[in-house]
Amino acid sequence: MFNDIIGVVLILMVVHIAAYPLGNYISRVFKGEPVFTDFMRPFEEKIYHLCGIDSRHEMDWKGNTKALLRLNAIFFVWAFIILVTQGATGFLNPANIVSMDPFLAFNTAASFVTNTNLQHYSGETGLSYFSQIAVVVFLQFVSAASGIAVFALLLVGLVKRQSGLLGNFYYFFVRSATRVLLPLALLVSLLLLLAGTPNNYSEPVSYINLEGDTTVVAMGPSATITSIKQLGTNGGGFYGTNSAHPFENANYITNVIENISILLIPVALVFTFGFYINHRKLAVLVFSVMSMLFIFFVVGAVYFESQGNPLITKTGLMQPTGSMEGKETRFGPMLSAFWGVSTTSTSNGSVNSMHDSQTPLAGGIYMLDMMINAIYGGVGVGMLNFFLFILVSAFIGGLMVGRTPEFLGKKIEAKEIKIAVLVILLHPILILVGSAISSHLMTINPENGWLSNDSYHGFSQMLYEFTSASANNGSGFEGLADNNVFWNVTTGLMMLLGRYIPIIGPLAIAGSLASKNSVPSSEGTLDASGMAFGVILIGVIIVVTALSFFPALSLGPVAEFLSL
Amino acid sequence: MKPFIKDIKLHFVTLLIFGIVFPLIIWLFSLGEPTSAFGNPIYKNGKIAGFENLGQNFHSDGYFWGRPSAVNYNAAATGGSNKSVSDSFYNATIQERINDFLKRNPGVKKEEIPSDIITASGSGVDPHISVQAAIIQIKRVAKARHLPEMEVTKIVIENIAPPLLGMFGTSKVNVLKLNLSLDSKTKEI
Repeated sequence: MFNDIIGVVLILMVVHIAAYPLGNYISRVFKGEPVFTDFMRPFEEKIYHLCGIDSRHEMDWKGNTKALLRLNAIFFVWAFIILVTQGATGFLNPANIVSMDPFLAFNTAASFVTNTNLQHYSGETGLSYFSQIAVVVFLQFVSAASGIAVFALLLVGLVKRQSGLLGNFYYFFVRSATRVLLPLALLVSLLLLLAGTPNNYSEPVSYINLEGDTTVVAMGPSATITSIKQLGTNGGGFYGTNSAHPFENANYITNVIENISILLIPVALVFTFGFYINHRKLAVLVFSVMSMLFIFFVVGAVYFESQGNPLITKTGLMQPTGSMEGKETRFGPMLSAFWGVSTTSTSNGSVNSMHDSQTPLAGGIYMLDMMINAIYGGVGVGMLNFFLFILVSAFIGGLMVGRTPEFLGKKIEAKEIKIAVLVILLHPILILVGSAISSHLMTINPENGWLSNDSYHGFSQMLYEFTSASANNGSGFEGLADNNVFWNVTTGLMMLLGRYIPIIGPLAIAGSLASKNSVPSSEGTLDASGMAFGVILIGVIIVVTALSFFPALSLGPVAEFLSL
Repeated sequence: MKPFIKDIKLHFVTLLIFGIVFPLIIWLFSLGEPTSAFGNPIYKNGKIAGFENLGQNFHSDGYFWGRPSAVNYNAAATGGSNKSVSDSFYNATIQERINDFLKRNPGVKKEEIPSDIITASGSGVDPHISVQAAIIQIKRVAKARHLPEMEVTKIVIENIAPPLLGMFGTSKVNVLKLNLSLDSKTKEI
């Protein structure tokens, strides 16, 4: 028990010690202030020059949004073409993996372009090595950079006065990739290699084991993918079992490195927020609210997992560390539960245990975490989501004290609040309507073979899948048979909607805020960094998620828990 | 049309940097660690007999067994059971595994069985078992190999991997390594 807790404390400590300076660094990168990576500048200028991009050309929110959507559409088409032709071209494909069928390729391309990394294929049998690097690794970098870039655009909008211009998307996109993601990914890949993570392009190895049976082992460039998969809140692993696989997460040390990488940039961006708008107290408040909810979820998940499976307890067996189904011995229940909360908080989606087999309420906590989708959140977009909660809280707070609502000296008017509320409502609508349709289809055709579990947990499997898709998380209750037309198409569309609408909405708000003049604060102004505001913020988050999702959660995880 | 061409160019430039050059750099790094970059293979008589971190499907009485695997230790298509704790079939499976284990390990009491040896791992190729799961198999292995139990116990103790730096994680046993040292010691005798 003690040995497990000390590991969790170590991870949290490193994340928090490193995130603060990293947040400051990212803020300086956004502002173009001198940083130690300025030796990259000629290289970046070369990129702009090659592509004919004027990185100093400021655009309004519409211009920036169009740039983002155009570029992402090209990424999508590229991914789709490579996936459906990987078998025919046979390029870097020693395991002779066949081409993907179009529905699965649609889902996979949507999944990686949107930073979701929901995987309806299994890595070792579904992708050629070329697809793994030219689609997966590539998109893991650029989708993360897209997310960080839109966050930078929002920050510009908060600081600008009376202009309506939000800076240049390409500038932030390139800098996020070359100065934040690339150096960290190089470092983490190197550390993973040193700690024993395989990395090769060999064909599958066949050998005779000690019992005399022939065994085939899938090889691959695991250390290359694993770093950016964690750092960019992507989560799509090389192997089907992700970071539970010994080749993707070899030992205690790699687990610590990977778990730190999951949390690092999302936490750092909270501080970037404070540094950039020069309002550190507000960032500390946001950070405290997020961390409070995070710790609350960690304690819950760890508690339920360490209690073990109640039905195994009844058989009289020993469960010294907790529930072991779907877990690896080298990590144990506690580090698996901590990882589970880390990966669902940050919209990462990599797993080091099978979430499907976790105890009901731990699984429920992961779902709730993805339903809020803003406790740190995905790189960049997590802060965008949280910004919407801040806006609604400022609005409600303003009305409570009887003043025109304002935030950071800008008046919040009906237009901004309408957009914010519509975007917040999108998430529950997608998840609940999706789950309702799939449940209906299950009812009229129970023999469709989707679910690997009966009863309440079967419903949870579908609810989890849609939650994960809409939150752009990418983890799953993997027992769900999801590689078929229904799931590929519905979750594919949901990932696209769940990605781009929550980006376009906040950018529109940023554009609108940027064009406003600031009003001087007076005595009646609600202090956005005060305790009172923090309380309202938590209240808004709880009310929004509780009212929308608790009925669904009661039918799934809670009912399962009560039935044991 | 013009911005579109810019974006296509940017696509290919970033593809070159992150999809080709980055993997190439990591590959060059990995040449410095050829053994672990290849997954730490274990050789026996010049041939690969396994990988240090991949469990194998041990089922005979003379070998220590690993954890149950949903994919039968198929390292070309790994996976977990994805069964929930409440599933009725799952609980029947657990019961069956307990009965099997008790039958093939006479003398072991039910309360001595740790849950890891009757539950499937996440990857399906978990290389480790808990120390307790190794201890309760000593009697069976010793009998099958015609070795004194003390001898087998000694080999198990030698193969216990303690927590990292004595404080991180739990003690565990790598089943493949344990069985390899068992094989080599048996020959000596």
